[in-house]
Amino acid sequence: MFGPLVVKSGSSKKNKTGSWRVELKPKFLQKDCIGCKLCVLVCPEGCVEGAEKNTYHCDYSYCKGCGDCALICPKKDILMIKEGEKE
Amino acid sequence: MNKFLFAPGHTACAGCGQSLAARLVIDASGPNTIVANNTGCLEVFSTKYPESAWEVPWIHSLFENASAVASGVEAALIYLGKKDGVNVIAQGGDGGTADIGLQALSGMLERGHDILYVCYDNEAYMNTGVQRSGLTPFSSNTSTSPIGSASLGNIRPKKPMPEIARAHGIPYVATASTAFIPDLQRKVKKAVSIKGPKYIQIHVPCPLGWRHDSSLTTQVAKLAVETGLYPLFEYENGALSAQRKIKPLPVEEYLKTQGRFKHLLNNPEQVKLIQAIADNNIARYNLKIEAENSA
Amino acid sequence: MKEFLEGSRAVAEAVKLCKPGVISAYPITPQTHIVEELAQFVADGALNSQFVNVESEHSAASVVLGSTATGVRSYTATSSQGLFYMAEVVFNIAGMRLPVVMTCANRAISAPINIWNDQQDSVSLRDAGWIQLYAEDNQEVVDLHLMAYRLGEDKSVMLPVMVCMDGFILTHGIETVDMPTQEQADKFLPPYHALYKLDVDNPMTLGPLADPDYYIETRYAIQETHKHVLTLLPKITAEFSKVFGRTYNGLIEEYRVKDAERVIVAMGSVCGTVKDVVDELRDKGKKVGLLKIVSYRPFPAQQIYEALKAIPKVGVLDKAVSLGSFAPLSAEIKAVFFGKKKKPEVISSFVAGLGGRDITKNSVREMFSMLTAKERSEFIDLKPELLKDTYE
Repeated sequence: MFGPLVVKSGSSKKNKTGSWRVELKPKFLQKDCIGCKLCVLVCPEGCVEGAEKNTYHCDYSYCKGCGDCALICPKKDILMIKEGEKE
Repeated sequence: MNKFLFAPGHTACAGCGQSLAARLVIDASGPNTIVANNTGCLEVFSTKYPESAWEVPWIHSLFENASAVASGVEAALIYLGKKDGVNVIAQGGDGGTADIGLQALSGMLERGHDILYVCYDNEAYMNTGVQRSGLTPFSSNTSTSPIGSASLGNIRPKKPMPEIARAHGIPYVATASTAFIPDLQRKVKKAVSIKGPKYIQIHVPCPLGWRHDSSLTTQVAKLAVETGLYPLFEYENGALSAQRKIKPLPVEEYLKTQGRFKHLLNNPEQVKLIQAIADNNIARYNLKIEAENSA
Repeated sequence: MKEFLEGSRAVAEAVKLCKPGVISAYPITPQTHIVEELAQFVADGALNSQFVNVESEHSAASVVLGSTATGVRSYTATSSQGLFYMAEVVFNIAGMRLPVVMTCANRAISAPINIWNDQQDSVSLRDAGWIQLYAEDNQEVVDLHLMAYRLGEDKSVMLPVMVCMDGFILTHGIETVDMPTQEQADKFLPPYHALYKLDVDNPMTLGPLADPDYYIETRYAIQETHKHVLTLLPKITAEFSKVFGRTYNGLIEEYRVKDAERVIVAMGSVCGTVKDVVDELRDKGKKVGLLKIVSYRPFPAQQIYEALKAIPKVGVLDKAVSLGSFAPLSAEIKAVFFGKKKKPEVISSFVAGLGGRDITKNSVREMFSMLTAKERSEFIDLKPELLKDTYE
């Protein structure tokens, strides 16, 4: 007989931490983006993705609203807006 | 969705430097990696049953023994003839590395195991409530080195863990920071390509414990490096082989960004002592960018 | 093949037959010879194993935890202070359901420091979830190690096993042992196939945090598995008998208990001494016997009940004591009979042999003579002249 023992790899994905946000969330303007990927690299959740210039966006179901992406964007192409606002 | 080896859905605080570093480390090492993790923030927020953020084989045992558990994993892989092509990483926080885990780490380094040890240095026992550790910086306000009418915070400087690692005669020692991401990943990739014990210590800001806004993680880490308080360097086979050169900023620039140093802002005498630590690092690791030679 | 050799050497040869891939230990008297012999086997190329010389027992246990978790059969050995230093890892290994096998060369606990035999060390860790088997002589030591891997690695068990042998008495005693051949060992003990392991081809997470919503079931599962071991271990000894020709009950041994009026219950090497006194007293017409406990964990309550229910006077010999309360084995034996209609009239408790004080045939004779209608709770062979009201 076994009790709780082994955990499936990557099973944290079912925990949608986006529900944590209460104040701010990032808005990806996709206007002046140079595709440097710093926003992808710096996100502690790893939920920012994109392919080429002006395609970067985040998965709001995981985004905790920390604001690291907005602050690091060299083109200020990410703004932190109020949680209730539309992106 | 990104194919990272450290998945979202973990319960780290917003803006957590350690969660960022953890993902950068495992992505740099690749899927053929087995991780042994000490108890601490990272372990708790990434593997609360039944959820795990890890996409590689991963094991947690106790607070201080990741180095020893990893030694067993490595020995088993050698026995199975499977060690080549598989990276073994042992990792933990500053407390689990420099204090309670020092014995097991020293043993692992001394025995020459082919293991990379990663220390996530957020400069206190954060998981249990911001208590002072051997890597807590001088004059830092923590819950067990609190400021008060009779105290200006932690009375000791950081234990020189990279130097202690280097003294074991291992092939590679490096410090890194979440503010310099490509540099961090380069160092991890380099380390796992070297046979033998390796030690990398990463400065990871903790917005909660250091008392700064969650958006400033990168900013704060950058200032630590640019003031000379957190020198970035590499030792290869015991010799200083590289360092990140800086135009040193005064330490106040770093101290004023965090609540844990707030009490120093009107205490120039105490700040001088911290500046001395930075100046010492700058001299010792040759951090200063040389002035342009006149023609 | 019969060999005349030191107990430690016998253990090393038995472990060698089991082919562990990783061995890790830290030196502590009286375990040292076991590990030295194994180191020599590896150095001579006679045993293909990664031998990891660690900097503490805590790390020794952690190394075998890591290697077993990677799917490789592993081995460690310790005693006394070493067992206590690795205590949190010991609980960890059971909680993580990893079938490590460890030899505990039973030794007294500091303070005061004492390197001689008693069973306080392993008995103090009886709550950890490990299977604990106690050997009477070096033949049993060898046989129990082979059975330990077979039992612990069984897919329906997946629990670590501690083989306990009295320090110095067995480790440094030289006895004749019928040492199995490699063919016999291979026939009895299949290679280890882990149910779950660290493998880059099939990643999984081991050792998660289990909050109040998940923790207690892990304990219940181990408790139920121990109950299962009570039925499985006798089946394994039956298999053992077919391959090696030696028969064991697995859980207990009843020595001339059937019609006895007085029975002593004991674990470990002292059972040999008790058997000698039993034979001597039986020759004089006294109806006495010995109940030897082999499996301390899982505790064979049903077997003990059946063996002792009709015995009028029982004396439990403990080589350990729970300071401030009862001697551990005696308390558990008494618990077997609470609320039962059939039970001994008297169950007395004898604490003996602590810190290596010899339990002689005379000591055993004295214990039998103390098994009267009056319940006793005694320290045997105590020296009253060493007890004073002042510390000087």
